[in-house]
Amino acid sequence: MTRKQRRLTIIGCSLGVLALAAGLVLNALRDSIVFFSTPSMVAEQQVAAGRRFRLGGLVQPGSLKRGDNLAVTFEVADTNAKLPVVYQGILPDLFREGQGVVAEGALDASGVFKADTVLAKHDETYMPKEVADALKKQGHWKDDYGGKEAGKPDGGEVVSQGGAAAAEGVTR
Amino acid sequence: MIAESGHYALVLALALALIQSTVPLLGARLHDPALMNVARSTALAQLLFAAASFVALVTLHVTSDFSVANVFENSHSLKPLIYKITGVWGNHEGSMLLWVSILALFGGLVAAFGSNLPLALRAHVLAVQAWVASAFYLFILMTSNPFLRIPNPPIEGRDLNPVLQDIGLAVHPPMLYLGYVGFSISFSFAIAALIEGRIDAAWARWVRPWTLMAWIFLTLGIAMGSYWAYYELGWGGWWFWDPVENASLMPWLAGTALLHSALVMEKRNALKVWTILLSILTFSLSLLGTFLVRSGVLTSVHAFATDPTRGVFILLILCVFIGGSLMLFAWRAQALKQGGLFAPISREGALVLNNLFLTTACLTVFIGTLFPLALEVVTGAKISVGPPYFNLTFGPLLVALMIAVPFGPMLAWKRGDVLGASQRLLAAGVAALLAIAFVWAWTRGGSALAPLAIGLAIFVIGGAVTDLAERTGLFRMPLATAMQRTRGLPRSIWGTAFAHAGLGIALIGIVCETTWNSEYIGTMKEGDTAKIAGYELKMDGLTQRQGPNYRELVASFAVSLDGERLRAMTPSKRNFTTRAGMSTTEAALLTRGVSQLYVSLGEATATGGIAVRIYHKPLVLLIWFGPVLMALGGMLSLSDRRLRVGAPKPAKALRGLQAAE
Repeated sequence: MTRKQRRLTIIGCSLGVLALAAGLVLNALRDSIVFFSTPSMVAEQQVAAGRRFRLGGLVQPGSLKRGDNLAVTFEVADTNAKLPVVYQGILPDLFREGQGVVAEGALDASGVFKADTVLAKHDETYMPKEVADALKKQGHWKDDYGGKEAGKPDGGEVVSQGGAAAAEGVTR
Repeated sequence: MIAESGHYALVLALALALIQSTVPLLGARLHDPALMNVARSTALAQLLFAAASFVALVTLHVTSDFSVANVFENSHSLKPLIYKITGVWGNHEGSMLLWVSILALFGGLVAAFGSNLPLALRAHVLAVQAWVASAFYLFILMTSNPFLRIPNPPIEGRDLNPVLQDIGLAVHPPMLYLGYVGFSISFSFAIAALIEGRIDAAWARWVRPWTLMAWIFLTLGIAMGSYWAYYELGWGGWWFWDPVENASLMPWLAGTALLHSALVMEKRNALKVWTILLSILTFSLSLLGTFLVRSGVLTSVHAFATDPTRGVFILLILCVFIGGSLMLFAWRAQALKQGGLFAPISREGALVLNNLFLTTACLTVFIGTLFPLALEVVTGAKISVGPPYFNLTFGPLLVALMIAVPFGPMLAWKRGDVLGASQRLLAAGVAALLAIAFVWAWTRGGSALAPLAIGLAIFVIGGAVTDLAERTGLFRMPLATAMQRTRGLPRSIWGTAFAHAGLGIALIGIVCETTWNSEYIGTMKEGDTAKIAGYELKMDGLTQRQGPNYRELVASFAVSLDGERLRAMTPSKRNFTTRAGMSTTEAALLTRGVSQLYVSLGEATATGGIAVRIYHKPLVLLIWFGPVLMALGGMLSLSDRRLRVGAPKPAKALRGLQAAE
């Protein structure tokens, strides 16, 4: 086999594998990315029931209720709207009323957000980044949260996580 | 005084690095051995000063000198000694200092043990090493100096983030950095080869041990980090496809590819250009990892924009080194002569396939990690790319790779025979089919893919065993001959077999843990029992305890299996008074064989109970035994005579050894 043929074989194989990978990536990106919304975005956009997204905002003070079997309900609010959330499981260590939270799940038929994952941030400011950005955009921003981030311990985003399924955020 | 000395030592190290990055190059141009030898002495002196600077910071942390901002922000006088030391690299400034210290260490090692390298090559390698070092010394001195003083020293420090107060911090970051930074050596060798426009099999033989060493550390570092996350975060996850993890996985994938392509270059003098490119890419991914973790860009693209000094500086380093080296590559790569020919079906061909899959898998991880950032910068839309994406892309590619793994070592160099290799792998294939049938018949629930994945893992392990059996003549020859041949087998053969088997073992652990993991989540009071996977856990009570810098709530569980009492498990929840009520969850683990029972606590309820999470994780320890076995294989390979003895004089010493393969 000549050098040229060998090269063509290798290039052919590479293109084959790359095409396979491109197919896999496009397919996965279509099916498995999750968008982020705040309660007011949900109110504006009429998100369909059953569509998965991440909901971020502040836990409305006084809204947290615990039921049987580790069931909890609370409301996630931003300045213009709030949305009831139900969740079953153990909330993360740093879940607090009045603090930032990100929940992943979908709306049910009655407009309640059913979360299967709840994330709260391990930081003195207790503010998930999406929430911080969203609040900034709405013009409700007080401190220099962003500036502090760069110097965080070991650089990693430290997130505490409730829920048993898929996850996000780990200490590094 | 100590802080100022440390600072001064760092400045001196920078000055030495600047000399080291210019004078040897000049020497190589002028063919002046004296100038080229400057590289050696400056590299050693640079190591001395970088180490002095690091020791100074450790001393400041150990003596709790809160007049230094870095110590004040990350330490506390009540903290146990071990965490005072590990806390040095538990923060941005200290970890960057560790980074450059390790870089200086590797430079020093090349200087000390590189006496058999051609003088010009050594001068070039050390000069490139010093370019990287200078950039990072400048970065530390200008944006993240750990030795800054506070005008009015406080009495007490703010303490280290409690999550990091764990033995994992002592091991994980240094290992990871030894891996990341270790790849700087192959990078420097690649750049030196491009500058000289010359590369041969001997080059690969010098580069391979360094790459192997970095790869071993990175493998152990990633495995250690995964186990740390598993027991520290309190809900039993061990891999999250988090960008910070991906940042370490990408150099690992590229580095694994590099190890294999360097093999082709060493043995067959082929794939030269590709190996050079991989060396550059591997270290570039290490730099990218440092950028992702250090610049704050992951926390928020806006955090990066609001405090840009550090981020922009690292981005600049990234652009200069990656862009510069790729430009040099584009300019000079043609100068490197093409090497030996081989048929597509051959050992070389198999290794090319390995490289193809590894780099493509690396690419999918790269896209999944950076696509959300790019999308946010361009359109402002926020998305998260989670585990499903990676399972759908990385998974299939890895499966394809693992099917090919056992064939590689069976094929001959230059021209191989797939049919012959398949015949030899027949036993492994049969074992895999039996495993599939067995798992399918004996387990309930879970994905239909699980038995197939186990079969694949058994095939990979079987392939590794077959390779050893073929080479020693076990089952074909008298036992005594086989034993004799076993002793004579080069250690690198054992290394290959161990590393490949490690891959299969890790896969078994991953499949079993994700498929047959059982969990119990509920509120428990004193006297309550929970049943899971045949185990019975009875809660004996809740007690409060005082630790050195925290208070903890400890729950005690009596564990029994089929009526037989095992030991008690005591998970706890720690509350750190020093960090404004931050709490951590300390899981309790009970190991039976390679399976584990995992208990962690949630919050206490008003009625005197506590939320409890119990998992039974079958064969979970195999997930980390696999990488440990891979690293062991790497070490065996590193200790092979060929790499130690053969390196300086490649021509004759090697031929005799190669015959054995």
